[in-house]
Amino acid sequence: MLSIKNLQVKLEDEDKQILKGVDLEVEAGKVHAIMGPNGSGKSTLSYVLSGKDGYEVTDGSAELEGEDLLDMEPEERAAAGLFLAFQYPVEIPGVGNMTFLRTAVNAQRKARGEEEMSAAEFLKVVRARAKELKIDADMLKRPVNMGFSGGEKKRNEILQMAMLEPKMCILDETDSGLDVDAMKLVAEGVNALRSEGRGFLVITHYQRLLDHIKPDVVHIMANGRIVKTGGPELALEVENNGYADILAEVV
Amino acid sequence: MADAAAKTDPTEAMIASLSKPEATWAAPAREDALARLRTMGLPQRRDEYWKYTRPDTLTQTVAPEAKLLAAEEVPMFDGAERLQIVFVDGVYDEEASDDLSLEGVTIERLAAADSDLHWAKNLYGVLEARGQTPVARPLAALNTAFATDGVLIHVTGKPSKPINMIYHRKSEGSDAILHHCIKLDAGAEVTVLENGAAAARFNKVMEVEVADGASFHHIRTQGRDHERRAATHIFARLGTNSAFRSFTMTVNGVLTRNDCVIELTGDDAIANVAGACVGDGDFHHDDTVFITHDAVNCQSRQVFKKVLRNGATGVFQGKILVKEGAQKTDGYQISQSLLLDGDSQFLAKPELEIYADDVACSHGSTSGAIDEDALFYLRSRGVPHAEATDMLTLSFLAEAVEEIDDEGLREEMTERLGAWLQRRRD
Ligand SMILES: Nc1ncnc2c1ncn2[C@@H]1O[C@H](COP(=O)(O)OP(=O)(O)O)[C@@H](O)[C@H]1O
Ligand SMILES: [Mg+2]
Repeated sequence: MLSIKNLQVKLEDEDKQILKGVDLEVEAGKVHAIMGPNGSGKSTLSYVLSGKDGYEVTDGSAELEGEDLLDMEPEERAAAGLFLAFQYPVEIPGVGNMTFLRTAVNAQRKARGEEEMSAAEFLKVVRARAKELKIDADMLKRPVNMGFSGGEKKRNEILQMAMLEPKMCILDETDSGLDVDAMKLVAEGVNALRSEGRGFLVITHYQRLLDHIKPDVVHIMANGRIVKTGGPELALEVENNGYADILAEVV
Repeated sequence: MADAAAKTDPTEAMIASLSKPEATWAAPAREDALARLRTMGLPQRRDEYWKYTRPDTLTQTVAPEAKLLAAEEVPMFDGAERLQIVFVDGVYDEEASDDLSLEGVTIERLAAADSDLHWAKNLYGVLEARGQTPVARPLAALNTAFATDGVLIHVTGKPSKPINMIYHRKSEGSDAILHHCIKLDAGAEVTVLENGAAAARFNKVMEVEVADGASFHHIRTQGRDHERRAATHIFARLGTNSAFRSFTMTVNGVLTRNDCVIELTGDDAIANVAGACVGDGDFHHDDTVFITHDAVNCQSRQVFKKVLRNGATGVFQGKILVKEGAQKTDGYQISQSLLLDGDSQFLAKPELEIYADDVACSHGSTSGAIDEDALFYLRSRGVPHAEATDMLTLSFLAEAVEEIDDEGLREEMTERLGAWLQRRRD
């Protein structure tokens, strides 16, 4: 599904190398987790995959189902099936959440040559999905993320993911700032989307999210590289001993 | 001698080029206005409020030509129940206009109203003359002196539908001067809509007297003809507990200068002036607003948003003057531009002058580019770059559009803006 090879990235404006050769293969139907200390490059990886400005790929490749992601505009990557749940969802005053969602859904459909969703159908689906995530009508009407609490913003990300039905979902610290109940809701939302044809890359700083979203593979990222890969037990090791031991061991 | 003067002095040249209107009840007001104009002279680049906008194409004797726009879109306010008053290149078109009778209001043509006892005697040129100090507005005096068409609207009640002035333009060289007077009696309410490109060069004055407890609502769009020029003035005086709300949407136009001069003379009155404009290239748009608080506990808001790209220019000159004794004044002013590229410019001159001690006034002016994080967020969800830019542009304009009280009209403005942005994209 997602195939990353020797990805090396520096900042565009600064001579600062952030990713120093990342290799990663996420198969369809699988959930991969990336854990790692702050500043190790996890968000950078997610931004580079989704096409944010300000980074320069100096070497390596990233493909989604064989298509070169790095060659596409952000909207093309989205239409190709990539989705990033942001660590810090952006507030957009003056753009209604519903308008935004419908525009996005239909823009992707249009780009794929599919028929657009009618207003009525969209409303039906969005209401049902929102209800599952305990997102009320008021939140749907409000401008995108404006006045949302941290937890509401994260649930809104999952709602977008549910509506857009991507093939490859990247979740960047979706658990940060959430209390246990909110985290459960988010995890349920994610689990509901798990399917044979869909891959997940769950970035998290803590192990606790992985109690609810059970990963197939866990990677540890440090200093711009994947330094260790293992099964779910690796997350527990981090939980119990912190990163220090693992990092000491690989260096 | 007059001819000799006309050769050297642009004001005399302009006066000589215009035909003197027939003598009616308005004749004395016109004479006074002509004298005012002669004293002030037409605007010049060195005048304090013409620094950012070149007045020459507005003051030369012949209007510069303006190509007609082949627009095949649904006319503005099309779905709305309204009384239509149509002007073509600045001339009233009786056939195209609706019957002017409507309960709660008396509407007459300026040219046809010839009674010596006419109420408009107390309004025509009166608010314009008051509005000449402390800042001279010579184009408005020119208008009062030479306008032969326009409407006189006396609102005595609450007419059931808005009055819509529609300004068609069919000539590439039309030079139109229109003058409207609107008088709202105590407790009366009216909505006035205006739309259309009007003329190659359009000089319009609207004087509005809002009596105690009355409410005036004004929405206008200025037409998408790119080469047209317009200099418009609104002069309004507000009585106790009255309300004045005006919103203007401008998309395109090589030169637009909108002056709005409001005096709050009765306690507890409210004045809102807002504008949203979108322009490309040689687009030049100037909002010059002067609000005088001369009573207690009044509120005023100025909300102006300008989207500029490909070298377009936006100007905002807004003043709040709080006179001595105008305690508890609440004055708010914001002007913002969204610059879609580095070539465009926004020139702002926000001013506060306060002679009372118990007031809350604030003003702010900003100029910024599109929010890159928001743009990326939208694109990452699949919204293409151009569409995402338009969404953010609309959201930037929303604060001004929200000043429109009427929900239906507010939605129509938003839709229009969206459609116009999309049309530009296609
Ligand atoms: N736009 C940027 N400007 C400056 N430094 C950046 C930028 N993006 C990332 N970095 C730096 O790159 C490193 C990795 O950051 P990030 O990818 O956010 O890490 P993580 O998500 O793992 O905490 C950090 O040292 C961070 O300061
Ligand atoms: Mg991060």
